Amino acid sequence: MDNNPNNNILEEVTTGEYKYGFYTDIETEMAVPGLTEDTIRFISAKKEEPDWMLEFRLKAFRHWLTLSEPEWAHIQYPPVSYQDIIYYAAPKKKKELSSLDEVDPELLETFNKLGISLDEQKRLSGVAVDAVIDSVSVKTTFQDTLAKHGIIFCSFSEAVRNHPELVRKHMGSVVPYTDNFFAALNSAVFSDGSFCYIPKGVRCPLELSTYFRINAANTGQFERTLIVAEESSYVSYMEGCTAPMRDENQLHAAIVEIVAMDHAEVKYSTVQNWYPGDKEGKGGVYNFVTKRGLCKGRSSKIAWTQVETGSSITWKYPSCVLLGDNSVGEFYSVAVTNNFQQADTGTKMIHIGKNTRSTIISKGISAGKSNNAYRGLVKILPGATNARNFSQCDSLLLGDRCGAHTFPYIEARNESSIIEHEATTSKISEDQLFYCNQRGIDTEKAIGLIVNGYAREVLNKLPMEFAVEAQKLLSITLEGSVG
Amino acid sequence: MLLNIKNLHVAINGKEIIKGLNLGVNKGEVHAIMGPNGTGKSTLAAAITGREGYDITQGEIWYKGKNIVEMPAEERANEGIFLSFQYPVEIPGVSMTNFMRTAINAQREYRGQAPIQAGDFLRMMEEKKKLVDIHEKLTNRSVNEGFSGGEKKKNEIFQMAMLEPTLAILDETDSGLDIDALKVVARGVNQLRTSENAFVVITHYQRLLELIVPDFVHVLFDGKIIKSGGRNLALELEEKGYEWIKQEHLV
Repeated sequence: MDNNPNNNILEEVTTGEYKYGFYTDIETEMAVPGLTEDTIRFISAKKEEPDWMLEFRLKAFRHWLTLSEPEWAHIQYPPVSYQDIIYYAAPKKKKELSSLDEVDPELLETFNKLGISLDEQKRLSGVAVDAVIDSVSVKTTFQDTLAKHGIIFCSFSEAVRNHPELVRKHMGSVVPYTDNFFAALNSAVFSDGSFCYIPKGVRCPLELSTYFRINAANTGQFERTLIVAEESSYVSYMEGCTAPMRDENQLHAAIVEIVAMDHAEVKYSTVQNWYPGDKEGKGGVYNFVTKRGLCKGRSSKIAWTQVETGSSITWKYPSCVLLGDNSVGEFYSVAVTNNFQQADTGTKMIHIGKNTRSTIISKGISAGKSNNAYRGLVKILPGATNARNFSQCDSLLLGDRCGAHTFPYIEARNESSIIEHEATTSKISEDQLFYCNQRGIDTEKAIGLIVNGYAREVLNKLPMEFAVEAQKLLSITLEGSVG
Repeated sequence: MLLNIKNLHVAINGKEIIKGLNLGVNKGEVHAIMGPNGTGKSTLAAAITGREGYDITQGEIWYKGKNIVEMPAEERANEGIFLSFQYPVEIPGVSMTNFMRTAINAQREYRGQAPIQAGDFLRMMEEKKKLVDIHEKLTNRSVNEGFSGGEKKKNEIFQMAMLEPTLAILDETDSGLDIDALKVVARGVNQLRTSENAFVVITHYQRLLELIVPDFVHVLFDGKIIKSGGRNLALELEEKGYEWIKQEHLV
């Protein structure tokens, strides 16, 4: 039973502070603040990119200049000054790394503190990690093991250098740079991220994971992840992230693209724990992310699972385009907001192929003075005969100064489709709290217990390693929210 | 004396429900609290266990030599006061196993002990489940979710067995139980009786008291104990109803 993350987790949680708020003093190389074509040329040159990559960036930048920030989300924040942000920051390194011994010990220590060991020997078996700090990937583990299966798992920069044909073929095929304001920005200035390629018929033997860390001040993080799963392949991918506590807001605008071919399956799990700001709402990360998967092949499947506890603002809709016949899209989400956090998150399920199916399970938890919105689109195109969708959106309110909102959009253009939508809003009852208290469990632990129970359906979808972490996070995020 | 309630006055939203109640309970004793509906029986249970919203406007509750009136509910629980709820609450998604383990470890933490070992915990669960004929499946399900009335009450006694309280209050544990379930519950309680613990059994009916034999019977009426006696008082009440005591009291 000790191996079961469902047990014995909550009592381990004793501190309510953001645990990852430290800053590592490492020598960092930075671009000058501001965003011009020169900035983009600087980033591209730093990364020694080929011309086609620079061209892509510049096109995206020129397009971005024509766009304005979207205002439809249920969030409020002062205007972001894009000319004050530093778009490139990288820990200085002396030479190309070939072994762990050459990684800056300060960096290793940083990741150790975060509970991410980059030492393969010490690592729990079963997970390969790509560690990204500010704008660059510092180390990817288990690359050799994975290479034996033909799997490519490396930083995005490495992929541009070593696998340009794959990157050119797929980059922007799911999220074009014209997609939205933040996608265009990311396409112009993205610095690093992970690339993952699973060849035909291969079941990836390890969980792949990327750990993102913002460290430097006044910088934005713009990472880009691309996952390509060829015919009949399978991969489970996890993403984690943290940032130091700072009084100013930091911008994070990422893109994740997934392509799944015939019979391929990709599971993408996120535990998002960027710094949420302090109790007065000061500081925190603005998290504007575009994540989309394309079920390109027949009977392909993409499942998004997210536990969103961090960031002062979350704007994020991991989506599935169900192009292949019989393809399946799933979205499981727990979004927690406390204090002054704002979340506007959900998904889009675009049914194009026949017999396509999608499932949406969203659990929102609001506490403090926070606002939590679910926004979801289910779209059935004329060709999507016999498409099916089931959506369930639940909201849990803690206290009476927070908000929960649900914005479901449904567009059905094929009469054979079946769409179901269920929604509930509830509060933790006094009866439940007293019942726990009477068994010796204090109110804070009781809330953790009840909230974890409420989110169980989604937490169960997470890989084991993440489930433990996620449960702890839920409890920590809500500590101090009642009383 | 394990529990000594002196001149207790309890109000809910400013309305006085308990109006000067006195009760003394020693270790090894079983006390039955009887009385018609709406006389303050459940309010008494809530006041002893420290439920919010039950304002103690006067009086003292002494337990193990401490006046616990200001003590938070979870601390009272960890000091060994247990309430078997009249209406046990459902907690969706939280397994009984996880809930019980959290409760046991809260108690252990309070006593300065390390969390219980997984093996010990499982053995303890197995042993205590037998006491009230609880099925394996029940402990894997969410707390009280989808339990029948009988299962909920058995589950309360199971939790009591796990937490080994010094003072257990059974609030209408017999309500909604058929005779077989009632026997199972009573057998569980009787097996837990020792010279070191005490029970306060709140009930309407004599039938539970045939199975859990009390040392003392108290009649609660209009927020006060108006008559106390031995177990025969329960029989007398069964026979004559409450009316004669009310009359006696009013005169």
